[in-house]
Amino acid sequence: MADPMRIRAQVAGDKATVRVLMAHEMETGFRKDATGKIIPPWFIQEVSAQLNGKTVMTAQWGPSVAKNPFLQFSVKGAKAGDKVTIAWTDNKGDKRSDEATVS
Amino acid sequence: MTTRRQMIANSAKLAAMLTTLGLIPEASRAEVAGYNTAAFDAKTMPDLMKALGSATPVESKDVTITGPDIAENGAVVPIGASTALAGVKRMLLLVEKNPSMLSAMFDVTDAVDSSFSTRVKMGQSSNVYAVALMADSKVLYAVKEIKVTLGGCGG
Amino acid sequence: MRPLCTLILVALASSASLAQQKTAADAIAEYRAMLADDNPAELSIAKGEDLWKKKRGPKNVSLEQCNLGKGPGVVKGAFVELPRWFGDTARVQDLESRLLTCMETLQGFDSKAIANTPFGQGEQLSIEGLVAWISSESKGMHFNVPQQHAQEKLNYELGKRAFYYRAGPYDFSCASCHGQPGKRIRLQDLPELTKNPGDGVGFAAWPAYRVSSGELWGMQRRLNDCYRQQRFPYPGYASDVTIALSVYMGVNAKGAESVAPALKR
Repeated sequence: MADPMRIRAQVAGDKATVRVLMAHEMETGFRKDATGKIIPPWFIQEVSAQLNGKTVMTAQWGPSVAKNPFLQFSVKGAKAGDKVTIAWTDNKGDKRSDEATVS
Repeated sequence: MTTRRQMIANSAKLAAMLTTLGLIPEASRAEVAGYNTAAFDAKTMPDLMKALGSATPVESKDVTITGPDIAENGAVVPIGASTALAGVKRMLLLVEKNPSMLSAMFDVTDAVDSSFSTRVKMGQSSNVYAVALMADSKVLYAVKEIKVTLGGCGG
Repeated sequence: MRPLCTLILVALASSASLAQQKTAADAIAEYRAMLADDNPAELSIAKGEDLWKKKRGPKNVSLEQCNLGKGPGVVKGAFVELPRWFGDTARVQDLESRLLTCMETLQGFDSKAIANTPFGQGEQLSIEGLVAWISSESKGMHFNVPQQHAQEKLNYELGKRAFYYRAGPYDFSCASCHGQPGKRIRLQDLPELTKNPGDGVGFAAWPAYRVSSGELWGMQRRLNDCYRQQRFPYPGYASDVTIALSVYMGVNAKGAESVAPALKR
């Protein structure tokens, strides 16, 4: 299983700013290794975010998103103590889901 | 190379063969259900809009693209797409000169602002677009040029 | 420096509509500022803290009793006082060298095998995480590399000699790039390391997450790559000369604020 994400969710007025760092290679499939062989593509394809269990955002990503991807978005109506869950699935079917509390 | 790609478009079998020979990237073999492979393979704006079933984009002052003027390294370029308009269905981030234009696509719900930031890889200096797909079928965009430098052997 | 001139001219032309014209250096400073929060090094920090507290190795023990110079298990403030003399090994050691000592004596790992492992693989990845976390525990503190013990002073002199030692097919030394103020290679400023180049600069900027390779580099890896660029043979991992160089640079940087783990190109 992939390494944990780092999620920060901070209240700003009646919203929460969520900032996520994910651990992932995000290999494009265009690079070659030392022997000249293509390194297969390996990248996050789907990201979703939930607030207290309800989906608030979904996204599709391509391999041009940078390695160890960063994501920032703003959730409306979030208060301190609410739970933010971020989940991703990559093109190999690997998944990761992490949770943070809004502060 | 162009000839090969045309063949691939017409023959899945040939594509599979070339894939196992390591001759083309396997990016088109999606694992996630509902992944819009055609959109992420599109190389031009018209191809992308066709894959998304959307109209031709129109430049708009109501959409904002944020990013640095110069990226010291194209491996990590922070960019953001935002708009204060209501009725946004999706926001896209595009890098024009990348092998495929579409970097990321965000579905907007009532629960989130139409404002997303991430970091992308840029192969070279290029225009970067923030695109808003509206519920009324309009497609609005903002564009910014980001220069990518090499930097040196230090640091 | 034609490409640079062109770049600056184009950059100036494209920002002509702004009230204040931006130089390439300003624009790059802006780019770095945009990445400063949410440094991917934070992922390494999280791993490192985990590895410090986890029971591992043939002896199945954690690193929590490791002495980094301020007493067993004291991590806060340890980074800005390294390298230093250690009585138990009777030598001056830097952070990576000390981690090898602790991983062997406490956890039973083979430190020679780890030293021979290429960067970015196996237990070298563990060290990446550990140096990220340990340095983060001194973030904002000021370098105070000790010069009390005779061996600490000797290492400073050795480090200075090594710094100025010209060799290899290009007759480079560290000083070729880092011996004078105001130097740069293309758009990378080269800090002057014969004195204190300032807060968060030079010695005070490592370990760092290197954007170009998407990896966390400790000082050992940074020095290894300097040697590569000078077309020198690679130094031994955590060898005497690398420790001596760190003593030289660290003492010169006395008082500089540590920003590690930082973000680099």
